[in-house]
Amino acid sequence: MIRIDSVTKRYPDGTVAVDRLSLEIPDRSITVLVGPSGCGKTTTLRMINRMVEPSEGTILLDGVDIQQQPVNTLRRSMGYVIQNAGLFQHRTILDNIATVPRLLGWGKEKSRARARELMERVGLDGSLAKRYPYQLSGGQQQRVGVARALAADPPVLLMDEPFSAVDPVVRKGLQDELLRIQEELGKTIVFVTHDIDEAVKLGTMVAVMRTGGHLAQFAPPAELLTDPADAFVEDFLGADRGIRRLSFFSSAGLDLLIGPIVAVDASAEQIAAAGRAGAPYLLVVDTDGRPVGWGDPAELAAGAIDTDGLLSHGRPFTAGGDSLRAALDCAVLSPTGWAVAVDGEGRATGVVSQTSIGEAIRGAHAGRATAGTAQKVAP
Amino acid sequence: MNILNYADAFFGDSAHWQDYDGIPVRLGEHVQYTLMALGIAAAIGLPVGLLTGHTGRGGNVLALIATSGRALPSFGLMVLMFILLGLGMAPVMIPLVVLAVPPILVTTNEAMRSLDPAPVDAARGMGMGEAQVLFRVELPTALPLILSGLRSAAIQIVSTATIAAYVSFGGLGRYIVDGLYQRDYEKVVGGATLVAGLAVATLLVFWAVARLAVSRGVRRPG
Repeated sequence: MIRIDSVTKRYPDGTVAVDRLSLEIPDRSITVLVGPSGCGKTTTLRMINRMVEPSEGTILLDGVDIQQQPVNTLRRSMGYVIQNAGLFQHRTILDNIATVPRLLGWGKEKSRARARELMERVGLDGSLAKRYPYQLSGGQQQRVGVARALAADPPVLLMDEPFSAVDPVVRKGLQDELLRIQEELGKTIVFVTHDIDEAVKLGTMVAVMRTGGHLAQFAPPAELLTDPADAFVEDFLGADRGIRRLSFFSSAGLDLLIGPIVAVDASAEQIAAAGRAGAPYLLVVDTDGRPVGWGDPAELAAGAIDTDGLLSHGRPFTAGGDSLRAALDCAVLSPTGWAVAVDGEGRATGVVSQTSIGEAIRGAHAGRATAGTAQKVAP
Repeated sequence: MNILNYADAFFGDSAHWQDYDGIPVRLGEHVQYTLMALGIAAAIGLPVGLLTGHTGRGGNVLALIATSGRALPSFGLMVLMFILLGLGMAPVMIPLVVLAVPPILVTTNEAMRSLDPAPVDAARGMGMGEAQVLFRVELPTALPLILSGLRSAAIQIVSTATIAAYVSFGGLGRYIVDGLYQRDYEKVVGGATLVAGLAVATLLVFWAVARLAVSRGVRRPG
């Protein structure tokens, strides 16, 4: 465990970057430091590997003051990932990744073998091994940055806004990849970002910092969204925190209706029966059970179903796998106001109205109030 | 007679290829002066440029020294040194070194300071010592620019080393100085052609060195 104990960083000109900060960073989980620029989050991170020396206070790593060991030994025991990756332009991808093993005195072949292993782990094609950084895209470079930090298998990983310079699509991919790698490796990760959505998505614990280097709140993301400590945190979380909080509730308990679903080759009697199932529209599915679109019960009953005349069913959600947020999103975007639930294979398992999702949300909030913490569902 | 005829006559004369005043000897002397002056200038300019660039300190002082170094006329300086120190290699070497240090020093410092700070930060954060940061990260990345500083210094030395002949030393300047004195324009043109040829050869040598020493990762196309 990394324990930051009333640490202050004051610069010679009197600026206080971090002010008596205390934080306990749990093992084998992602702790995100988030806040506006000038809140001291990067300074805090850099004090953990002594790129910045604190003016006061101590930082303990597994109970031992980090000042106890030589600074470069400390740094080699912690992976370090920075914005824009900071790759060595004159070295190949493979040799970039092998940097810390080489510093630790591993042989060339062993280091390179390890580097190859890591390229695979972070999702980089082996054919890139002999390339140079300038030949890679920003996202690929950042993957190399992560691989390089993991090369010597350090227990701690320090990440300073690693994904903020890439476009949103690539960023999402990198975030998902980090969560996957973390699932496999279970590192103690300290992650700095100014993006609250990234913090909520990645963090097991989130430390919100405010200008002047103060800790505003330290909590799991769900608690942060439910119960912001003060107006600053609430403001920083943004306007739609109620909606975002729904990411933490599973859609498994939703009351799905299967009555209003009709096959494309259904008979007039079947359509008429479905029309009485309680939904204003019927969901037409193909012979495999996959949704095709919404139709008016009266029109559908009039003759053979014309799939071209149907309303789009929008993007369905996976019942149980997706969160209530995804389910609500589907319902809001659906032209009929009803969301379509599918199973893992994309076959319709039911439809659900906005009203019914609303009830589930109220139920979830009530359950949360009594049950305490909830698990994050596919963010 | 035009310049080509002069050159043709000069290089066609077998007497110019023999003895102590022959082309091989004079060329050898010229290369020797150049290497010596470049070696001394690099021994001064490279460490100072690398250190000031690495630490980011002393840049303004360097710029001042470099500007004043460039402002000194080499010929005048040599004559002054000759008067002060008498006959010897030093009066020839001092102006050449003074000429060559500024481009080496300023370009090296500039090359180091214009490096992307991110890899340097990453290198420290991964646990490299200062010497490792300098020699394993900064120097290899800054090398193309540093070599270009050395190259322009070398070219300037090659063309300026002709002044050695004025204080009775050898080198290719011998032909130019003697030719002018003897009104032997074959010699003047021949000497000047050789100096130009040596300058081009110097460019080729630096091109080859860059091919060998600079990583493909920092040698951008073009």
